[in-house]
Amino acid sequence: MDPIVCFPDPVPPVIGAALRQCGTDFRAANSAELADALEQTAAKDGWAGAVVSGAEDLSGALTFCRHLRRREDPVSPLLLAVGAEQLGELQLRGELFDDFCLLPARPEEIAARIEHLLWRSGRGAAPDLVEYGPLVLNLETYQAAVAGRVLDLTYMEYELLRFLSSHPGKVFTRETLLNRVWGYEYYGGARTVDVHVRRLRAKLGEEHAHLIHTVRSVGYRFGQPAWGPGAGPGPGTASEAGDDR
Amino acid sequence: MQSQRDYVLRTVEERGIRFVQLWFTDVLGTSKAFNITPAELENALDEGMTFDGSAIDGFSRVQESDVLARPDPKTFQLLPWHGRDETVAAVYCDIFNLDGTPFEGCPRHTLRRTLERARDAGYTFFVAPEVEFFYFADADTGRPPKPLDAGSYFDLSVDDRSSEVRRRTVLRLEEMGIPVEHAQHEDAPSQHEIDLRYTDALTMADTVMTVRLVVKEAARHEGVHASFMPKPLEGVQGSGMHTHLSLWEGERNAFADTSDPYGLSVTAKRFIAGLLHHAREITAVTNQWVNSYKRLVSGYEAPVHIGWARNNRSALVRVPVVKHAKAESTRLEYRAPDSACNPYLGFAVILAAGLRGIEQGYELPPEADANLFALSEAELAAKGIRSLPSSLKEAVDEMAQSKLLVDTLGEHVFEWFIRNKRAEWRDYSVAVTQFERDRYLPTL
Repeated sequence: MDPIVCFPDPVPPVIGAALRQCGTDFRAANSAELADALEQTAAKDGWAGAVVSGAEDLSGALTFCRHLRRREDPVSPLLLAVGAEQLGELQLRGELFDDFCLLPARPEEIAARIEHLLWRSGRGAAPDLVEYGPLVLNLETYQAAVAGRVLDLTYMEYELLRFLSSHPGKVFTRETLLNRVWGYEYYGGARTVDVHVRRLRAKLGEEHAHLIHTVRSVGYRFGQPAWGPGAGPGPGTASEAGDDR
Repeated sequence: MQSQRDYVLRTVEERGIRFVQLWFTDVLGTSKAFNITPAELENALDEGMTFDGSAIDGFSRVQESDVLARPDPKTFQLLPWHGRDETVAAVYCDIFNLDGTPFEGCPRHTLRRTLERARDAGYTFFVAPEVEFFYFADADTGRPPKPLDAGSYFDLSVDDRSSEVRRRTVLRLEEMGIPVEHAQHEDAPSQHEIDLRYTDALTMADTVMTVRLVVKEAARHEGVHASFMPKPLEGVQGSGMHTHLSLWEGERNAFADTSDPYGLSVTAKRFIAGLLHHAREITAVTNQWVNSYKRLVSGYEAPVHIGWARNNRSALVRVPVVKHAKAESTRLEYRAPDSACNPYLGFAVILAAGLRGIEQGYELPPEADANLFALSEAELAAKGIRSLPSSLKEAVDEMAQSKLLVDTLGEHVFEWFIRNKRAEWRDYSVAVTQFERDRYLPTL
């Protein structure tokens, strides 16, 4: 699993102790920009989550949360720790965090909350398998199969499929995919993404090629859209599910 | 790098792969391979495999003959060959000197170097070749080759063995994730064409090598012989590798400009001018065999004269007309290369010529609107239109004078290539051919 990002830097001792207790790797950053920069090298598929403390600098903490949540690829789950006197500040800001806790708290409580959040988001328990409809990726063995048929993928095809299928429903621009999947050691440019998507679709086969959607003049999306009227019907509607699977 | 390496090793283990082919290409564009076991693979990925390069065309050097093949894990793929029960994988290699520096005779390095120059200028280079070839009954050289059919362009024939072989070839390519844009019967009997969907030039050069292998392998499986010889039959067209080219700046096609009457940007015009200006120098690389020049003659839709045009298939550089709304598919087609060139070196010299045009701000000559084939030598001269070299000798002499080619190929490849091609020309010059006996023996 990728590391969790924490605010502020240095991490408050009680949060550090909690993270060590659940055995989760973490990095600290004092601004959202630093967190983004750190992510490029420290977190292969993006931060696995965030733990933010508002006890020292609440407005800085809220700015940090806001940035992580409004990115093209929002960070989730996010645990926000605040002092009891700051509780009122959380009103109408529910979209900024997935859970919160009040400081002071015991490290055991914070650790339990982190573990539960990770489990709920599917990251904690079985991180080695990505499943979506007929597609299964075994991250341990690097093997991918669709409807039980093993796919012969090149490394970059595998990495692209892994990245997309780990973020179902999200739309990524070509530039983002290029940065996140390829890094900078390549000769292709943004069109490389199209080439690889085409190859992947060919290997998925006609029946499953549409798992990867082209989002016109934006980029690509794996699976059905997560939310929002602009992104098509909401999750669970019959038409989109039928279209997708 | 670490996870690429793990990916390869785990896949080999999971899929029960018995051996892995390390692929590389010599300077003349011939596929070379050696097999290693999974046990050796880890070491090959970490340190490379040492082998004696002295037997490989263009790899020999005076002092040290050993070189190092290091697999590029990004190119690792499983080979869906028919009729074998064991799974086989292949991976393209870069060749290094024993001290770890890139080996100057490795064509992949040559192309990569040129791509880096393009990238420094802010460009990425995409290519899409149309690979032509023939199917023959066998490879018997004692008589003229026997085509499998008498079909021609776009023929739909019910009982067409060669179309069936081609169909299977295309299916196998698609299985390997190599998208084929079109595949069709070409003009000549038993001649076929496979048009590949564009990729970056390094991936495409690898792909062209794979395609040649798959075409030959599939043909052999059906008991026939596939050949990329540029002109195997007299009186019909030869096998070209018309190559579509485009330059990109990020997500923007650097060749497109919708406000221009031709739809071409200044960059595109200078690129074309560079291609035209240096066409004679790069021809020895894009058309590297004695036989290549039997294709570059008038009357068979192969380019002879150096000019550009939109809708004229005799032009050396064609600018396919694209619809206004499709500006991003703006591209150039360079029509000289044949299917038997070294794609790494071919793409490298084509790109280098175009980049030189951009850097030096070459002026684009006017479009060749008349059919160039219809003009007499005097008319061509009056228009200032030059011709491509008409023989390997002329092409190599032209190349030997070219600063652009030394810079692009590097001295090692440049010198070896010229030496090798002069030797080929000498062998050809002393050969007495059937043509001469037929023509002279009865009467002289």
